[in-house]
Amino acid sequence: MPTSRLGGSGLRLAYERRIVADDLTVAVPDRSFTVIIGPNACGKSTLLRALSRLLKPAAGAVLLDGEDIQRRPARAVARTLGLLPQSPTAPDGIGVAELVSRGRYPHQGLLRQWSRDDERIVAEAMAATGVADLADRLVDELSGGQRQRVWLAMALAQQTPLLLLDEPTTYLDIAHQIEVLDLCARLHEEQGRTLVAVLHDLNHAARYADHLIAMRDGRVVAAGEPGRIVTAELVEEVFGLPCRVIDDPETGTPLVIPAARSRTGTVTP
Amino acid sequence: MIVIRTPGGLSLRLRPRALAVGATCTLLTLAVGVLAVGHGDYPMSPADVLRTLTGGGSAAEEFIVTQLRLPRLVTALAVGAALGLAGAVFQALVRNPLGSPDVLGFTQGAATGALVVVVVGGSSTALAGSAAIGGILTGLLIYLVAWRRGVHGYRLVLVGIGMSAILTGVNGYLLTRAPLMEAARAMLWLTGSLDGRGWSDAAPLLAALAVTWPVLLACGPALRMTELGDDAASGLGVPVPRLRMLLLAAAVLLVSLSAAAAGPVSFVALTAPHLARRLTRAPGTNLLPAAIIGALIIVVADQVALRAFPSQLPVGVVTGVLGGGYLVWLLATERRAGRL
Repeated sequence: MPTSRLGGSGLRLAYERRIVADDLTVAVPDRSFTVIIGPNACGKSTLLRALSRLLKPAAGAVLLDGEDIQRRPARAVARTLGLLPQSPTAPDGIGVAELVSRGRYPHQGLLRQWSRDDERIVAEAMAATGVADLADRLVDELSGGQRQRVWLAMALAQQTPLLLLDEPTTYLDIAHQIEVLDLCARLHEEQGRTLVAVLHDLNHAARYADHLIAMRDGRVVAAGEPGRIVTAELVEEVFGLPCRVIDDPETGTPLVIPAARSRTGTVTP
Repeated sequence: MIVIRTPGGLSLRLRPRALAVGATCTLLTLAVGVLAVGHGDYPMSPADVLRTLTGGGSAAEEFIVTQLRLPRLVTALAVGAALGLAGAVFQALVRNPLGSPDVLGFTQGAATGALVVVVVGGSSTALAGSAAIGGILTGLLIYLVAWRRGVHGYRLVLVGIGMSAILTGVNGYLLTRAPLMEAARAMLWLTGSLDGRGWSDAAPLLAALAVTWPVLLACGPALRMTELGDDAASGLGVPVPRLRMLLLAAAVLLVSLSAAAAGPVSFVALTAPHLARRLTRAPGTNLLPAAIIGALIIVVADQVALRAFPSQLPVGVVTGVLGGGYLVWLLATERRAGRL
């Protein structure tokens, strides 16, 4: 059983009175690239919000290093756990380097505004995400893919052992989606960070994750290594999609092929 | 960007341009202030004013400066700084360049408070106090309606516009109920005026500034993080809901007390943060420059109101015309630049 710094048990997640998930138990294995998948409204983003301290569970607790995350100060949490939300906004007229340097906020203070470490770490984060030569550009001028890499650089500059990403590939075209996922995989391998991402695309999840959490209706249906858990039965159960699962000719990971129309029964001649 | 580091591990980050703008505007404000104190039925040269301020004037000069003219100047400075600060805070909280207390209804709420006293009758202290209470109550009401489940810029702006429409109606009704003389006095108050302000008018606002200024400046870095969106700011370790409550309370207090001191001086809260951003060329929230520029705008506008016209105008007329004109110009140029 791998160790886990981040997880929760008996979680009831709710917005006002609407309960999204009840009695949910999850554990993020250390140093894993964990991906949460599931159909729309299955509670995957809600789970990520709870894991990142944004949403207070109505029951149960999210534990970070064995402590209730809600009881720890926001700043202390932000030095251990970073979050890249789905659609962050860049202030008008902000430059790339300045945006990335905001990732240092949890490490700074009124009298410690910009140390040599801050400078070095921001430069490293920009180099790792390939945005160093964009440093002087305005964020408004960048393409969607470049912008997403800049946001990733900001999250990296936060230097947290755990990094949570909420649908980091949304609104990107396929080439940029792969670019961002390749980048995540590289950061995971080279820097040994624990990544947790919510992804829409099952095949992307199966290819990049080494730990998969499949959710439906606020429950965890299966969790584990993609090669072990992704089967046609699971996809049918989670997404209600008849399909075949074959080996990805590129990587050998599971590849989900949706069944042709006649087998789905949605269209009758 | 200049970075100053000490061997002890302390580091400060400074923007040379923002520093230069801040220093220039501070000097300009003080210079206009000295001219303002020298202006009146008993004219004094800047040298005389400075001599009197440092304790070297005659008894008459001493009286004129410290009792008659300085209170007006200090009130103007305090109102300008308070409105500049509050405007910058509101724009950051709402994440909308139109998020100023004029648009959001706080100003109208303060006016309602003042008009109630005009109709019922009461001293000018009661009027000021009631204006402050009106502004704070409006802030509370808007918070209850729009903010409980986290703020969304547009919802707050829309609720604020609705609220200010309702309050404008209430204010119109109150004006029709007021005796004629009192209604005239109320109208003058409603345009925003610095006439005849004494130390007692400035005191509550100065006290509020003394308390909120350090708090706001300390919150500055966290406030800048919220520009990235609530979730991203929380991810960076900003306690967003608590920060928001604190900032909203401070900004409402400043707006309400400056309305109490000088009436609802229009457009300063909207214009000062924009000007600060343009002059310093620093993105996002610039609290200190906004405060300095707010003070400069009011002091200059008051001098224009006093000197440029055959009869004295209330300062609110000038800030309204200048600020409104600036807003239109801003909208036109932003539109041309494709940003709006």
